[in-house]
Formats: sequence, C-alpha cells, structure tokens
Amino acid sequence: MWEYTDKVQEHFLHPHNVGEIEKPSGTGDVGSLACGDALKLTLKINKDDIITEAKFKTFGCASAIASSSVLTDMVTGMSVDEAAKITNEDIASALGGLPKEKMHCSVMGREALEAAIADYRGQVLPMAQGEIVCECFGVTDLEIIRAIKESSLRSVEEITNFTKAGGGCGKCEDKLREILQQTVSGKESAVPVNVKLKPKRMTSLQKIKKIEEVLEREIRPGLRKDGGDIELIDVDGDFVIVSLRGACKSCHKSQTTIKEYVEKKLRELVLESLIVEEEN
Amino acid sequence: MASANPKTIYMDNNATSRVAPEVVEAMMPYLTESYGNPSSMHTFGGQVGEAVKTARKKVADLLGADPEEITFTSCGTESDSTAILSALRTFPEKRHVITTRVEHPAVKNLCDSLQTVTGHKYKVTRLKVDSEGMLDMAEYEAALTDDTAIVSVMWANNETGVIFPVEEMAAMAKQRGILFHTDAVQAVGKIDIDLAQLDIDFLSLSGHKLHAPKGIGVLYIKRGTLFVPFLTGGHQESGRRGGTENVASIVGLGRACELAGEKMAEENGRVKQLRDKLEEGLLAKVPKSMLNGHKTARLPNTANISFEFVEGEAILLHMNQHRICASSGSACTSGSLEPSHVLRAMGVPFTAAHGSIRFSLSVYNTEEEVDFVIEKMPAIIASLRKMSPFWKG
Repeated sequence: MWEYTDKVQEHFLHPHNVGEIEKPSGTGDVGSLACGDALKLTLKINKDDIITEAKFKTFGCASAIASSSVLTDMVTGMSVDEAAKITNEDIASALGGLPKEKMHCSVMGREALEAAIADYRGQVLPMAQGEIVCECFGVTDLEIIRAIKESSLRSVEEITNFTKAGGGCGKCEDKLREILQQTVSGKESAVPVNVKLKPKRMTSLQKIKKIEEVLEREIRPGLRKDGGDIELIDVDGDFVIVSLRGACKSCHKSQTTIKEYVEKKLRELVLESLIVEEEN
Repeated sequence: MASANPKTIYMDNNATSRVAPEVVEAMMPYLTESYGNPSSMHTFGGQVGEAVKTARKKVADLLGADPEEITFTSCGTESDSTAILSALRTFPEKRHVITTRVEHPAVKNLCDSLQTVTGHKYKVTRLKVDSEGMLDMAEYEAALTDDTAIVSVMWANNETGVIFPVEEMAAMAKQRGILFHTDAVQAVGKIDIDLAQLDIDFLSLSGHKLHAPKGIGVLYIKRGTLFVPFLTGGHQESGRRGGTENVASIVGLGRACELAGEKMAEENGRVKQLRDKLEEGLLAKVPKSMLNGHKTARLPNTANISFEFVEGEAILLHMNQHRICASSGSACTSGSLEPSHVLRAMGVPFTAAHGSIRFSLSVYNTEEEVDFVIEKMPAIIASLRKMSPFWKG
C-alpha cells in the first residue's frame, strides 16, 4: 500500500473544483487512457490576466486526482505569469509530498497547467517538440532533460518515477542513461535547444489516441446503426488490432468491414502505413 | 490499527487468507513447549518428527497423493523454481520450456530469466489466451517438441480465477515424455484434485492461500520423477530440500489441508453462490462494467470485474473507506506503470484494464458482506466517473 499524506487523502476523497468550465480561457489536456492517467484542466482568466477559476477532470489514481485538485486551488487568484512558474515540486509539496513512484502525477499537473496557459496565450508548447525517447509513454528528450534539471534526478529509476519514461518495455533505458549523463555533466547545453526542435514522429500513444478519435467519430456511428460496435485492442507499430462487437461479430462480412471500411478510414485520417487486423 | 476486526470485509483471499483458528490452535504446541528438532535422536525431537509425518499425510490426502510425494518448501515461489530448474538439470540437452502468457510472476519471471540470464540458451514458448482467458489446445499441441524439457502451466489463474485443462495437458506432455509442472497455488483447497489419477509430475502449493500461515509451501513430486534439489544441505525431506523443517507451519498446513477437504463442498456451494450474487449484483447495478475471464471454467471464489473509464487504485482506496479489501490489475496498484499482464494477454481494452477489481472470497465471507459491497460500489464508481474526462455519462 502507498503511503499517502493526510493532505493527499483529503484531496482525493473530497476533491476541489471538479468539472469543466464552459467556454474556458485556456484548456490543458494531457495523458491518455492507455497511459493510465489523464487530466483535463480548464481555466477562466480575466482581462487583468488573473486566473479567476480553475476546474479539472482526472482519470487516474489517488495521487493524480489529489495533484489535480490541489493545483486548481493553487492557481486560483494567481496571475498567469505567477502560475507559469509553478513546478511539479510545488504541487508535490502542497500535498505534503508524494511517494517517489508517484511523482509523475505532479508532473502531469504541471504539464496540464503549461498546456492551458499556452492555449490561452496562443502559443505552441516547447515540450511537445523534441524527440521521442520513450515510445511507450510518448516522452520526449526535452521533457526528460527538464525533469532531470528541475528535480535533480540522478538515476534512470528516478527519471521513470518522474516522467514515466522507461516504465513500459524498458528498451529506452540506455538512451535515458545517456541523456542523464549528458545533462548532469552539462554537455547537452552546448547544443542550442532550438536546433533540436524538429517535427515529432507519431508515438504509439499519439497513434492510439488518434485512432480512438477516428473510431469514435467516423466509424462507430455507422456500425452502431447496424447493431454492431468496434473496440480497439492494441496498437503494435503499424498493426492496429481491433475487435468487432455485437452484430458485427457474427457478420460474415466482418473482414470486408475491417479492410474496406476501418482500415481505409484510419489510413486516410491517421497514418498511411496502418494495417488493421481483427483480433483472433 | 489495521486489525481485521468484524467490520473489515475481506475479499482479497487470492492475495492471502486468514489463518484458520483451528490452524493456530494446532500450531501452538510447536511454537511453545514442543520445540525439538525432528531429526534428533531423542524422543523429545522424535515426537515433533511424528507431527511432521502426520501433517505430510494430511497434505497428501487433500491432493490424492502419497505422503512420500510431498516435499515441504518455504513458499509457492520456491516450489515453482525447484520444479522448473530440476527439470532443466535432469535433461540438460533439452532447451525448450512451454508456459503461458498469464502465469504468476513466480513462473513468468523465472522463464523470462531463463532467456535473458542465460543469454537465450533456452527457448520459451508462452501460450496465448483468448478474450476469456482460455488456452488454444491446438497451439499447445504444436508447441510440444523433442527439445521440450518441461511444461509449466498454472492450474487456476490468480487474477481471473480461470481454470486451465491441466489434466488433459499433462497427459499430452506425458505421451511425448515431457515433464509437466503446475502452479496450483490458487486451485488447491478450492477445487477437487486427485493426483493419483493424473500425469502431473510437479505441483506447487502455498499455505497462506488456504488458511495456513505465510512462509510454508509444498512441492508435489510424482513417484518416479527424476529430481535434482534446489536447496542443497541436510538430509531433511528425504534429501530433496535441505534446511530444518518449519515445524509449526508444517503442522498448520496439515490442519489447513484437512479443513479444506472438509469445506470443499461449502467452497463450491455457499461461497460460489455468494460470488455469483456479488458478480451479478455489480454487473447489474454498475453500467459499463464487465466480467474478465471465462464465466464457468473458473474458481468458485473469484470474480474479476472491470469498471470502464475509472482507475483501479482510486476505486480500491474508496472501497478502503468502507473497509472493503480487494485487489486491482491497474498499473498504479502494482508499482509498475502498465496494467496487469494477464488482462493485456486477454486483450482487455485499456478503457477496462485500468479499472479492473478482483474480488476473491473465502468460507469466512457472509451474505451480509456481499450485500454491503453491492450497495456501496455503484456510488464509488459513479463519483469517480463524474471526474473522469473519458466518461460521457
């Protein structure tokens, strides 16, 4: 069992500011269902640049919910500039600390806040640039470097605790170690950050998210009309594994549905190289 | 503080179970006045040896085995490692192991390490499961080769309770002269097992899953099966496992096996009815909930239910407020960042895998407790869904 502070317990059991502001001044949407945690933060900001209201919706564990709740309390009444300075460490200490394995929950709060402020200011997030290092959780080198510096991280394990990078298949561990060494020795600063800004490849997670969106918007309504449904089972590289449900399941035309309809749509709207297969 | 007082509703028996009061009573003399070493020459120790012998007989009776086929170990994990490594040492020329994708870490991680630690000296086939958690017997048959040293397949899954056809699988292995091991930690005491009739060479069990204490396990080794010990040392356990016997726990396990035999009918009658009531109640009262695992080929005490669009740890901590104890297959509860390998192998979608809760009952549960859980769960799920960005309720 995790050791949660009273403050975490309190914010988890009785969270503040749950919901979604209608017509928000800024929205920050981070994480995904596949990751196991996601946060949608909406802010109301007045003409003097003061955050007058903050609301959240969170899918995740106790510390994710508590981090979101305490964050909305913290930013309410702050100027946007002040809020922009909040770090994940600030969020964690407002909760009286988080277990080290759960620090990524506070990082998610900070990321949502940054995204909401960038949305308000009409800016593009710098962290969304950079190069993907951890494909399982879609973490970029810039995010990792920032976490190492901000939280004085000294091991790959700590990087995983704070950013989730390396927490899936573990294939990026060597790369993480390399980034850690370079960052700690100060070498990476020799490369100007903007040189590294190149368009991001699509990560598995972005792919999953995009595919889910297209399934929901373009494909499900048609299938449901016929009493069927489709479920996304897995995305493995370019292979999209789906399962047909309801009337579609027993339909002899299911293979045609998948290839002619689902695959075509996903190739058109997500990625040309996708191959859709039915789960056996 | 966290004592299991009458208010605690314990539905996490696949994690561990209450030590039966009868078991504690049977153990007490061996934690107090009867402290002799069973190997000693004097009567004081010899009497303790007698108690170990009686316990061995009781364990054997529950399994339909001979006492000489029973070796006491420290836990289920030790039994698993002992069986698999013994097979590999017995047939050093064979380099193939068959297991499943849904094994307990005790077997799964051992098999993984056979590949990684030995520099891929061993080939491991991990059998797939379908969406109900069942194996494809054709895949299994095709996987059996002359190079296969051992098959290790769990009897019942700890997370879903799904029961595998190990009787049939053991017979198929035997036909080709391949050793067969089953991790029966979750099955023993919950379903009838008669090893005398079966071709199973090794079976692991763990005391604390059937109301004996933690720290005691058994490896069944079929008579005539070639065996190489894991712990080398003294002549205890007929030279099959060195180390002075954990006498009190052995005696406790003997008593627990005796009780399990007596309560087998209740387990498959009353406990199963309670489980069914809980499962049907929750599936009916909570929208977008679903059962994970085969509906019928399943242990009588286990129900694994997914509540879509909410996260397992958050559910568990709300249940904890009502002193209801259960487990989850979500990423956050495991300390890892990914949800249960069992649910992923079954192809349970992410929307559901993160929100899976395992309820595992025992003979100590009551109908009032089941009613209480059915009453409390819908509000817990609804409150978490209200704050989930994915819930479009």
